[in-house]
Amino acid sequence: MVTAFIFFLLGGVLAAMIRLQLIRPENSLMGPDLYNQVFTMHGSTMIFLFAVPMMFQGFGVYIVPLMCGARNIAFPRLNAFSYYLYVGGALVLWGGLLTNTGPDVGWFAYVPLSGPAYSPGHRADIWSQMITFTEVSALGVAICLATTILRHRAPGMTLNRMPILLWEKLVISIAVIFAMPAVMIASGLLLLDRLVGTHFFNPAEGGDVLLYQHLFWFFGHPEVYIIFLPGAAIISTLVECFSRRRIFGYTPIVVSVVATGFIGFSVWVHHMFATGLPQLSESFFTAASLMIVIPTGTQFFCWVATLWYGRLQLRLPMLWCFGFFFVFLIGGLSGVMLASVPVDLQVHDTYFVVAHFHYVLIGGALFPMFAGIYFWFPKMTGRMANAALGKWHFWLFFIGFNITFFTLHFLGLRGMPRRVYTYGPDMHWQGLNILASSGVVFMTAGLLVFLANVFHSVRAGEIAGNNPWGDAGLEWSTSSPPPPYNFLHVPTVSGRDPLWEDPPDQPVVVGLRDDIRETLVTHSLDADPQHKDEDPGPSIWPFLSALTVSAAFVGSIFTPWAVPLGAPPVIATLIGWLWPRGQSPTPQPAGESWVR
Amino acid sequence: MGSLNEPVRRPLTLDVSGLPSVAFGHQNTTWLANVFYMAIEGMMFALMFATYFYLRTRSTNWPPGHLPPTLKYGALNAVVFFVSIIPAWIVKRRAPERNRIGVRNGLLVLALFALAATVLRIFEFSALNCRWTDDAYSSTVWVLIGMHSGHLATELIETLVLLAISFTPKMEGTRLADAAINSDYWYFVVVTGLMVDVLIYGTTRLL
Repeated sequence: MVTAFIFFLLGGVLAAMIRLQLIRPENSLMGPDLYNQVFTMHGSTMIFLFAVPMMFQGFGVYIVPLMCGARNIAFPRLNAFSYYLYVGGALVLWGGLLTNTGPDVGWFAYVPLSGPAYSPGHRADIWSQMITFTEVSALGVAICLATTILRHRAPGMTLNRMPILLWEKLVISIAVIFAMPAVMIASGLLLLDRLVGTHFFNPAEGGDVLLYQHLFWFFGHPEVYIIFLPGAAIISTLVECFSRRRIFGYTPIVVSVVATGFIGFSVWVHHMFATGLPQLSESFFTAASLMIVIPTGTQFFCWVATLWYGRLQLRLPMLWCFGFFFVFLIGGLSGVMLASVPVDLQVHDTYFVVAHFHYVLIGGALFPMFAGIYFWFPKMTGRMANAALGKWHFWLFFIGFNITFFTLHFLGLRGMPRRVYTYGPDMHWQGLNILASSGVVFMTAGLLVFLANVFHSVRAGEIAGNNPWGDAGLEWSTSSPPPPYNFLHVPTVSGRDPLWEDPPDQPVVVGLRDDIRETLVTHSLDADPQHKDEDPGPSIWPFLSALTVSAAFVGSIFTPWAVPLGAPPVIATLIGWLWPRGQSPTPQPAGESWVR
Repeated sequence: MGSLNEPVRRPLTLDVSGLPSVAFGHQNTTWLANVFYMAIEGMMFALMFATYFYLRTRSTNWPPGHLPPTLKYGALNAVVFFVSIIPAWIVKRRAPERNRIGVRNGLLVLALFALAATVLRIFEFSALNCRWTDDAYSSTVWVLIGMHSGHLATELIETLVLLAISFTPKMEGTRLADAAINSDYWYFVVVTGLMVDVLIYGTTRLL
């Protein structure tokens, strides 16, 4: 989470540079080449190095085992390997920018612009391999999280007692498993076209440029939900906690989450309405895109009903939830407008679209992220964040965000296109651009207040105790911060809101050995204890494997020979990782018992 | 002994010390992870198949200006894939029985089949009747078979590593479960291999 937040700040610096450049016509602060790198790096950093790693991986790896009542995430070494690869991908991307080879083809690197004919050099290759790094990382974490949720839940936590956050993490993990391969194929084929002369996207040799867009957006739209659903999960958790009642419509929310996961895979073509598709396709994907309103609206109404029938406590995290309601609603409404083909064609590639997706992504991810950080800050650090500073942070950021991005709707409607490094004075866009850029000052001030709050509260914040918010989740039953093994005794549950419903003498699990890292594996559906498993201890091999894999990935930016030359070290380190060590077989006090 | 008038107290502990420590099949967590891996890689194959058919719609002739890949080595490899299911099945069956000798022998035969398939695959590349730089069709065929070869090589190495472990006392407990899971992955390699065969040997003659 910390790493992802650092990249959020770096991406924010790039955003500020963009706004500074556009503050007046014919500004000479940046030339077109640097501007292209800056907006590409901004988008790539925010999506691939911040949004998914923070909302899916960072929050998930921290909170899922605690919410499950598990001592650790499943496959901790794979989890570590995924983190190292993510850092490797981030260093490759930012190393490119710092050496003036930053990608300059947009965060989606469309062909033919990113192909060998129009992008010589290695800028597009760096983008492609950054994708490989970060997507392998996300896939690894998806496997860890899905397995933890399905097999390491506390006894008694049946599927219909599972917190909504766990449902959403499960759906997202599965969405990642089916969506990420598409972008890996797209970027992989692009790399092959550039590196070894294949012709996937070369129309002169039977290839097709739209194939790239299909592959990219088959990933790209589920990606929106991969970013949004974790935010929605945080909102569901917080709304329940601060309404002091069970969430209204648990089952409709769960069904909506699952439905969003499915529908997310059937709307990708709405990103391609301007490419001259057959009208039937446009109609179908318009309908599918509008359909997403149903599950999202259902979640919205269930949150409102929970608040309506509950006893609202307007604490700091809830302030961010209300910020989310407002911002995401506006983003959703402009999304409904864009799902209509005639509107989409009119505002395509203008700042209207930029305004829309910032409302959706910042509303759907950033506001819930800050809500979540303030909510779990006491659990993570053992201390409360300062509420007064948190409110300053909220209002500065909320006001600044709306000044910047609401204005962009009007710039888009007045025809200002995206991705242009400057504009002429006769376009009369300067006034709105100054207004939009001024919002950045408020947002920056808000973020500085946040950082000051974190540094202050970590050292001098009020001691939180185990459950400062009086929440119902299992994560609040352990100490703050939790010990490395999460729970001294693995808990059991007998209701959907364990700390609110379960009796004080709710049983805890005993019989797990404390001389090895023994964990409990439970049934996927009813969470009955099935068998015990042993987690591996700390090891240098995942790090060494990540190093060799990174070397092969980076080498293949420059030469295809990096694959055969890089394979032996990769194989050697993977064997080192997987080779069984220590006493064998695993000693058992009363003989080894098996289940088949 | 407590009086009948005392309130009934719930047990404070759930003792799991008697639960088994090794699980096979779907109860094993690595088995589940393996299913997820196969879903990821299956998705990649599915997208490459979709790419193949998408590009087919961009060309009037198929293969465009090439002879279809020569059948000889591909057909031979398909037979190797089919027969290799037997040793994989034996390993999967022997592992839960803790039959280490049976598992070792099964892994040895499976490794030999994987090796034969890998060698035949090298000949297959020479019989594709195109180079990846020729056109989009050729690129797709090479990437499809290349992707599958990557899986084949991975599986060969994994089987060899498990075979090496089977000659040590470490082939116990979860390692036996790993050997069984390796068989599941081999089935995946066989199924995807046969699908790639249908695509590059079958559809080039039929479409």
